[in-house]
Amino acid sequence: MSTPARDALDRHATPWLFATALATTAPHALHQPTWLSALSGAVLLWAAWLWWKDRRLPGRWLIVLMVAGGCAGILLEFRSLFGRDAGVAMLVMFMSMKLLEVRSRRDGMVAITLGYFLLLTHYLYSQSIPTGLWLLATMWLVTATLVRLQGGPASPPRDSLRHAGVLCLQAIPFMLVLYLLFPRISGPLWGLPLDAHSGKTGLSETMSPGSIAELVQSADIAFRVRFDGPLPPKQKLYWRGPVMEQFDGITWQPYKGRYRTPQLAPVSPPVSYETTLEAHGQRWLLALDAPTGLPAETSLNGTLTAASREAINERRRFRLSASLDYRFNTSEEAAVLRRNLALPAERNPRTRQLAREWQAGNPPEAIIAKALTLFASEFTYTLRPPLLGRDGVDDFLFNGKRGFCEHYAAAFVVLMRGAGIPARIVGGYQGGEFNPLDGYLVVRQSDAHAWAEVWLEGRGWVRVDPTAAVSPSRIETGIADALDLGEPLPALIQWRADWVRTLRYRWEAINNAWNQNILGYDPLRQRELLARLGLPDADWRSLATALGLACSLIVAGLMAWALYRRPERDPVVRLWQQALRHLARRKVDCAPWETPLDVARRVREQCPELAVTFQPVVDAYLVARYGKSDQALKTLRDAVAQLR
Amino acid sequence: MGVVARLKQQLFRWRSDGTAPLRLGQRRIFIIPSRGGLLYALALVVMLLGAINYNLALGHALVFLLAGLGIVGMIHTFRNLHGLIVTPGRSSPVFAGETAHFELRLDNDRTSPRLALELEAEQGKPVFAALDRHKGARLNIPLAATQRGWLDLPRVRLSTRYPLGLFTAWAYLQPAMRCLVYPQPIAAPLPPPLPTPAGGERTGDGGQEDFAGFRDRQPADSPRHVAWKASARHAGEGPLLIKQFAGGAQLELILDWQLTEPGLSAETRLGILTGWVLAAEAADADYALWLPSREIPTGRGEHHRQSCLEALALYQP
Repeated sequence: MSTPARDALDRHATPWLFATALATTAPHALHQPTWLSALSGAVLLWAAWLWWKDRRLPGRWLIVLMVAGGCAGILLEFRSLFGRDAGVAMLVMFMSMKLLEVRSRRDGMVAITLGYFLLLTHYLYSQSIPTGLWLLATMWLVTATLVRLQGGPASPPRDSLRHAGVLCLQAIPFMLVLYLLFPRISGPLWGLPLDAHSGKTGLSETMSPGSIAELVQSADIAFRVRFDGPLPPKQKLYWRGPVMEQFDGITWQPYKGRYRTPQLAPVSPPVSYETTLEAHGQRWLLALDAPTGLPAETSLNGTLTAASREAINERRRFRLSASLDYRFNTSEEAAVLRRNLALPAERNPRTRQLAREWQAGNPPEAIIAKALTLFASEFTYTLRPPLLGRDGVDDFLFNGKRGFCEHYAAAFVVLMRGAGIPARIVGGYQGGEFNPLDGYLVVRQSDAHAWAEVWLEGRGWVRVDPTAAVSPSRIETGIADALDLGEPLPALIQWRADWVRTLRYRWEAINNAWNQNILGYDPLRQRELLARLGLPDADWRSLATALGLACSLIVAGLMAWALYRRPERDPVVRLWQQALRHLARRKVDCAPWETPLDVARRVREQCPELAVTFQPVVDAYLVARYGKSDQALKTLRDAVAQLR
Repeated sequence: MGVVARLKQQLFRWRSDGTAPLRLGQRRIFIIPSRGGLLYALALVVMLLGAINYNLALGHALVFLLAGLGIVGMIHTFRNLHGLIVTPGRSSPVFAGETAHFELRLDNDRTSPRLALELEAEQGKPVFAALDRHKGARLNIPLAATQRGWLDLPRVRLSTRYPLGLFTAWAYLQPAMRCLVYPQPIAAPLPPPLPTPAGGERTGDGGQEDFAGFRDRQPADSPRHVAWKASARHAGEGPLLIKQFAGGAQLELILDWQLTEPGLSAETRLGILTGWVLAAEAADADYALWLPSREIPTGRGEHHRQSCLEALALYQP
């Protein structure tokens, strides 16, 4: 394959392309299969070696073969060539293979365009501030590569980087204007591939011993809440998730059938708040117990769990309100009560024996008190409970006596059911950390919790949290205080020195502002902002007009900069240049080396009618420049004024 | 085609720029997206669709930043040409069949460099230039000289894609520059010299002492006179060449139009005369050139040679 000389790539441009390829593909190594990173790394190394030794690049057929092999590998790994992960894997592979065939500048352009495209794919995995900054730096590098490619060897690295920096900085006003005014469409435009939102953590729909203890070890943020009024007391902050009624001896699961509409009677005035949920892949909103006011696209199911119509696959904001004291289903269906009394036969005989003993002659309140007293007396709250056998609750209650919230909730519900009190488990989060810097309450995965709900005649479903009996500080101050130092909690939660905490508050407040204002800028926010800017009810036409206007203004500013010529300091030289510009308008240009007398001679030849007024300018300029007269500047100014 | 040509004439205002220096103003600079720019735009559209579909806030920001980069790149490409000073230079005469070089001087009076400038007078023969801050450069623009006479420098396309390659900006330059093209010399034996008043001894192409040039071999020539090296340069495709020697004595030649074969075309006859002028000059002879319309008296030396060649180049039959 021959390349025309004008398009050939000079040797020292290639390392720039390597840097571009490396910077745009390397971060993907964090989440793509190892063999793929190894393959693209090896291909890059090979290409670099060929460049170093100045060897011939491999032939077209070999590259076609390699691409086909890579595609086959991706097909085997992901079972598809499309979709998020497979698509990104393809792009990464193309990028590395492209470097095996960069011969011309055009090949370089293709590689750079691919690099810009790869930048976008990183946002599929993270949109945090560090990612944003890293990608800004990478974009600068890619642009510098482009400048170097076009400038050729005459563009040294520092100049390429500097020019690219100027270009990127000048592009920022356009970005801001477009970001604010470009008519936003809420996606998706078409069905997303199945893996579009994989890798989300959060509560699961079922609960078995250890499932919450595992989740608690993550410091990831589950949601952030801002209350309209003052922050309610911490021990009332129960964020309600799935309600689990069915128990097979190990795992608790929600009942999938139909319920009737819940009957909720608020006792205290409603508390309203705005919650920003991180993506968790489930439908529930984790609303404050008990939810009273819900936004339009959400609903309340029969067990008082607020759920959205679709799974929460990206960060979403909801406005909700809740009543912290309430009566729920004071009259309950017999089927529900029956379901909440069922226990698997032949499991946990000792627990059921104990419950039967308690039941004899005691009212439900007394039985509950007995259970809580039992927990408070000799049990330990820990993330590292001993392993449990087939009769898990028996093992826990009579042998281990060490457990986490799911153990206490499960044991409590089994005891209640055994004693004839309808009971069930509620999963969710409890508490949260108030950030005084931005007024948001941050709820993390480490605040995941499970508690129990019992149905009492005349009072309906009542929340009982057995963990509060074992470890009151868990509910009152948070998990870090409730556990001993050796427990496997995330370091972020355990460090409680004041300065660390302040630093963390600050960082999280910045992140939250980023999430709320920049990542959360959606069609709704856009409309709000435009209304505040004096453009209420802006449709796409007025947006397009505003956008066109703003962009034209920026272009005009840049053009003024492009056309601007630095004025001369010396008034004599400035006047002379003014005279030359006047000549240029009459199509007489002055070469840089031409002396004033040469110019005057040329004017006499080319444009005799102009010479009459130009000759005095030349004479005055020569006197002002080289003579000693004080009046010369004034004479020159007058002469130049005569030109027009 | 005529309509298109007229439209281009209107659009680009083609007219001579004279011989004075000119500074490129915004009116003569045109700009359109390059092929790389179209690829970039396509990539941006796909990226925007991706950002909308996956609801990527930063994806939107990236696409908008890249769109801004494209616009800024366009202005910078324009600025790379704007204010450039172009000054026509000189050109030396060439023989037909050779390449004429027109000298243009580019000057950059800005504090930033101007890179990747491309000048092209003839398709496929670009000249590249990169000007550092406050620097200039002399460039020789090649143009194939096919016909004798004056060769005018056609419209020169000055273009650049720097810095991003997404746009091509160009300006047409038409400096009034021309290059004299001499006829293509045809090697032929020199005509016999006139008997000079000084000696009258017989000299000419039969001389043995001074090398005087080559001519095609004729069957009567001795193989000893064949210039094997010179013949080998034509890879055996041309006829064999014979070295010609001139005698040591002073020669005076009349290179007369009438001495050439009347049956040949005028251009061939001029070529033969050109060959004679060169051979005579090489032989250090005095010579005169007689053309039907003009006679150049006997002389020798560089100046004489030039005026002879010029007369041949501009001869109107």
